[in-house]
Amino acid sequence: MSREHGPAIVAEGLGKSYQLSHRNDRHTSLRDALTAAATAPWRRFRRLSGTDASMEEFWAVKDVSFEVPQGEVVGIIGRNGAGKSTLLKMLSRIVEPTEGSAMLRGRVASLLEVGTGFHPELSGRENIYLNGSILGMKKREITERFEEIVAFAEIEKFLDTPVKKYSSGMYVRLAFAVAAHLDPEILIVDEVLAVGDAEFQKRCLGKMKQISEGGGRTVLFVSHNMAAVRALCSRGILLKKGRIELQDTADAAVDAYMLPEQVDHAGAVRFKPPSGARIWMDDAAVLVDGEPAASAPMGSQISLRIRFATETPTRHPRIGWVLQSASGERLLNSNNRYQDSPAFDEPAATGEIVCDLGMLPLMPGRYVISLWLGDTAIDHHVELETLFFEVTARDLWGLGQIPPPASFLWWPTSYRLSTVASGA
Amino acid sequence: MNTSTVHDKVEHVTLIRPRPGWIAINWRELWESRELLYFLVLRDVKVRYKQTVLGVAWAVLQPVLSMLVFTVIFGRLAKMPSEGFPYAIFVYTGLLPWTFFSTAVATASQSLLNQQALLTKIYLPRLFVPSSAMGSGVVDFAVSFAFFGCLMAYYGVSPGWGLLAVPALVALTIVASLGVGLALSAVTVTYRDFRYVTPFLIQVWMYLSPVIYPVSIVPSEWQWLLALNPMVGIIDAFRAALLGRPWNLTALGVSALSSFAMLAYGLFYFRRTERRFADVA
Repeated sequence: MSREHGPAIVAEGLGKSYQLSHRNDRHTSLRDALTAAATAPWRRFRRLSGTDASMEEFWAVKDVSFEVPQGEVVGIIGRNGAGKSTLLKMLSRIVEPTEGSAMLRGRVASLLEVGTGFHPELSGRENIYLNGSILGMKKREITERFEEIVAFAEIEKFLDTPVKKYSSGMYVRLAFAVAAHLDPEILIVDEVLAVGDAEFQKRCLGKMKQISEGGGRTVLFVSHNMAAVRALCSRGILLKKGRIELQDTADAAVDAYMLPEQVDHAGAVRFKPPSGARIWMDDAAVLVDGEPAASAPMGSQISLRIRFATETPTRHPRIGWVLQSASGERLLNSNNRYQDSPAFDEPAATGEIVCDLGMLPLMPGRYVISLWLGDTAIDHHVELETLFFEVTARDLWGLGQIPPPASFLWWPTSYRLSTVASGA
Repeated sequence: MNTSTVHDKVEHVTLIRPRPGWIAINWRELWESRELLYFLVLRDVKVRYKQTVLGVAWAVLQPVLSMLVFTVIFGRLAKMPSEGFPYAIFVYTGLLPWTFFSTAVATASQSLLNQQALLTKIYLPRLFVPSSAMGSGVVDFAVSFAFFGCLMAYYGVSPGWGLLAVPALVALTIVASLGVGLALSAVTVTYRDFRYVTPFLIQVWMYLSPVIYPVSIVPSEWQWLLALNPMVGIIDAFRAALLGRPWNLTALGVSALSSFAMLAYGLFYFRRTERRFADVA
């Protein structure tokens, strides 16, 4: 190659469209003949699996161009459905782009899931070799790093135990340990830190930092953990609806993501039902005095309203939410599974769940809510960091001053002053 | 300083772009990641024997139980001709390659569907996923072939020089199984309904293959047509090799050709549909 110190990654006009109905056209007759003849009950299944011909075409990623110099760590952020995963899958060669091109210089390893290919029946030792080779390592490389991997995962005693007997923590530790000992020139990582306990997440972040700083390696990192993006990445790419909204420093991209110029949804967001979901959210809103509102003065009574729809009437819809600060810290969470809530004992096809938060002691600032909706078995619809709202300052105590925003929460504390007799 | 070592290595350049039409097989990539195939085969073999209560015994039991049932029904009751050999040994020589073929095809055809994470979460030479199903088939075959030795001793049939042809015939069975398995795995991942078709297909296929009957019951001028089914020539050749009866070279030749044609088609179809796997899986 002529350009010796060229960028590690060059993407030019990458785009991926899903046109399920068009693409399957020439096979439809064969398939329909088969299914009509023998498998009528499975048509429903096929529709749920998303291969129905009535699906609309859409561009998951469009016109994405960027360059990443060697050794740079780039965070890719954006809401659910912004195209982050599709972009990473194209760069990982898992899906083929519909248009555009990308060139990657160097050995590429991608880590879109922890423990891809792990087999529960095999021992930790066997899985290290299997998973390592699936990730693209040579047997020799795995053998060289075997001790390190085992030490990092802290599974020495269980090396010859089938991983189905591992605790979920051990499983994740082992899986990440294998991946962390990959030695690629370009590493593509998707949201793998969302699993595991806090302590382990910290160690993973440390390891990733070490990888990116020590080896001059290029890293593309997708995460919803804004604190991690700030800590690890030097640059950030913000995606919105499949297009690049902003390319800047990581801090600027995170700020743009978490603190949009203005909350553009007036306190309510509408959702597209995820394919295959049996129950989904139509919209969600923050209510102040019973009305959707994008901002509320400190000390307001706040509620959260979720309107849902179902494929078949469902009993006991489960809603969970997490309130996060603008920089991503999770402040509080709630779930009607664990808290007293009027249950829908009668199956409901559509409905509205209102969660009264009461007076929430939030300091002025931007906040965001992540939402989960499911039935009693699983989550069907997840919208992370989706509902923004702002708390505005107010002179709560009528003292003519506003408390400085030194924390996320305030509390109606009271002070007593009394004199202590000296020398008593 | 580490970046400089990067440049000292042979530079890997990955070019990603839409590739219309037929995509050639990347032999270099397959060779470079051959260890992955080894670990996938190793996994299949280990899991196969770990998961079953009977372990290795299963590899023997499956053809032996079929042999017993077929011997009673087709040998004793239906008086199926067996070219002068004890029916048990005759049907077992057919079951050896047939069990390999049917297990390998069934496993390979479900392989992509059962391991979707390997399609949607990582890039690897996907041809390896159904191909690895051949590995445990070979191990099963070796075990059930060992049992065949006992059977021969019991009936006092001694094999001749034909035994030397067995490795080549196994290789030919792999060619046929791989061809069918690749095509079916690609169809099944696209049209999930197809997984219910495959078992039926294999069942019908068995009756179209000379497992329970000899090829010789078909008029000789039509045998070449029957041999378009690769398993016809292969099973017949196994009998020739193991029982020391004359070879039907026409049937073997036609079946060998159609095995390779099937492999070529399987590879072609797999590569052509491969780019959509992650989208539909």
